[in-house]
Amino acid sequence: MVNYILRRLILIVVVLFGLSILTFVITRIIPADPVRLAAGPRASDEQVEALRVQYGYDKPLIEQYINYITDVLQGDLGSSVVLRREVGPDLQRFFPATLELVIASLLIAVAVGIPLGLISAVFREQWPDHLARLLSLGGVSLPSFWLAIILQLLIAFSVSWIPITGRYPRIATPPDTITGMYVIDSIFALDFDALRTTLTYLLLPAICLSFGALAVVARTVRADTLEVLNTDYIRTARAIGVPEIVIVLKYALKNASLNTLTQVGLFFGFTLTGSVLVESVFSWPGIGTYAVTAALNKDFVPLMGVTLLIGFAVVVINLLTDLLYGVLNPRIRYES
Amino acid sequence: MSIEIAPAQTATVQQEHNLGRIVYRFRQTPLSLVGLAMVVFIVLVGIFGPFFVPFPEDTTGNTRMEARLSEPDDTYFWGTDEVGRDVFSRTVVATRTSLLIAVIVLVIAIAIGVPLGAISGFMGGYVDEAIMRITDIFLTVPALVLAMAMATALGSGMVNAMIAISLVWWPGFARLTRGQVLALREQDFIESARAVGASSPRIIFRHVLPNVLSPVLIKASTDMGFAILVAAGLGFIGVGVQPPRPEWGVMISEGRNMLREAWWISVFPGAAMFITVLGFNLLGDGLRDIFDPRMRQ
Repeated sequence: MVNYILRRLILIVVVLFGLSILTFVITRIIPADPVRLAAGPRASDEQVEALRVQYGYDKPLIEQYINYITDVLQGDLGSSVVLRREVGPDLQRFFPATLELVIASLLIAVAVGIPLGLISAVFREQWPDHLARLLSLGGVSLPSFWLAIILQLLIAFSVSWIPITGRYPRIATPPDTITGMYVIDSIFALDFDALRTTLTYLLLPAICLSFGALAVVARTVRADTLEVLNTDYIRTARAIGVPEIVIVLKYALKNASLNTLTQVGLFFGFTLTGSVLVESVFSWPGIGTYAVTAALNKDFVPLMGVTLLIGFAVVVINLLTDLLYGVLNPRIRYES
Repeated sequence: MSIEIAPAQTATVQQEHNLGRIVYRFRQTPLSLVGLAMVVFIVLVGIFGPFFVPFPEDTTGNTRMEARLSEPDDTYFWGTDEVGRDVFSRTVVATRTSLLIAVIVLVIAIAIGVPLGAISGFMGGYVDEAIMRITDIFLTVPALVLAMAMATALGSGMVNAMIAISLVWWPGFARLTRGQVLALREQDFIESARAVGASSPRIIFRHVLPNVLSPVLIKASTDMGFAILVAAGLGFIGVGVQPPRPEWGVMISEGRNMLREAWWISVFPGAAMFITVLGFNLLGDGLRDIFDPRMRQ
């Protein structure tokens, strides 16, 4: 087990190192002149040159990369040329909001996806199956940013207590920062008014974001349940008269939940992608909105920071998913 | 020579057998048939639609301020946008844009990914290790985020968006091909080709690649929908296709601030995109079921 974790950690370091090279290539080598782009069309030649020297872009590329990676390893992700702010603290401030949104949407996906998948499996190739599959496939086919706009429109006209943009009322103070995730912070602070407010803000973006993972959860649960329902021990259970509902909920679901867990873990990255677009529609102050703003400003340092952070989050979540899978499934033991 | 011909024949027979089963299984799943019908319709709209739209000039920069924000009626089926352009004409022409982008992206991704995956699986050792670690790096970061960074770096526009998406899309195909090749490598007909002295490139291109074609094509069809979504996402953010060329993501973004006065500007292009992506996903889901051994019962 320890060997396995060590090997995975080494692999993670290799991948992240490669990712840093990739982002470096994308943001420093592909653009004809990143400094001029960032400085804007009105900047004079002198101003551009001054910025170039200030941010170290005048040095040879190898030296630039070595400086960059040394800084990153010390936790310094550089400064945004446009915002004139350090990227590290910005990410620290915005990432919890994104994480909260992603976790909330994955929870919704599991809560709705499992029943859908079970219904599909039990009524295989009958109309409830077709309907459930159509629903989940329809969900994954919906452009999240379009769904977000439509929901905003519908809610704005009908339900007044659900806010359609932002994360917390502008005039109110959010709960004290412990994790940066308002739901958890307000629970820690035992502030249930804040909790309710937070949840109403979280509702729409989380629903929009949940559809992709929901379809995958439903599909996995369907496939696994079908497999289990065809095994000998289920036939035995049926033969001795165990009610069908117990068979499905007790035996089939238990077996399906392992794969579902893996799928949700693997889908973390995909959901992060969706959050980029959904956040920007709902003005959710997470790294997605931050990245979109940076992209529109041609501001490469924050983009690089966001890419590295997302890469890091994905490899860590993948590792955790694998380890958890090993713990929960006695048939799997990681050995060297 | 005879040794080379014999395995090729076996492969063909096997493929025909599979094809019969595929058609049979396909007809058993009504949703995939619906998906196929939708895809055929969308492709026809993409190819022929632009010739029949009522206001083709609205897709190339024409504006009509006297008709701005018209509600859907007999003249403007889906209303007009902020500068009076016909939403219906623009949505139809955007179908071609999106299909074109997705197809080109997948062709480039296959052209890069499949040979690299084949080399990786066939050669093994350090070459395999190196190529797979590179795909790891790309697969770590979600496609949209990398494509966004790359499109920003290249500069916005349709061609650059296609390049950006292709460059982040190939690793999936490399992985798939490698897996297929690893399984094929041990087969007798590859062994016999090697025994009669065929070179590695010859074995890869003549014997291995033709056999990985069908999984690659299936992945391509399931990826179509996602490629369309990513391209539209880039357009929506503002780093993809640029106005006045009609594109679904851009159109949805343009209508965003007028939603209360003119819902149709965003709603119709989004609905068209939804139908398109749903069609490809239904089709792909049916195909995946057929080829997923766990579902064959």
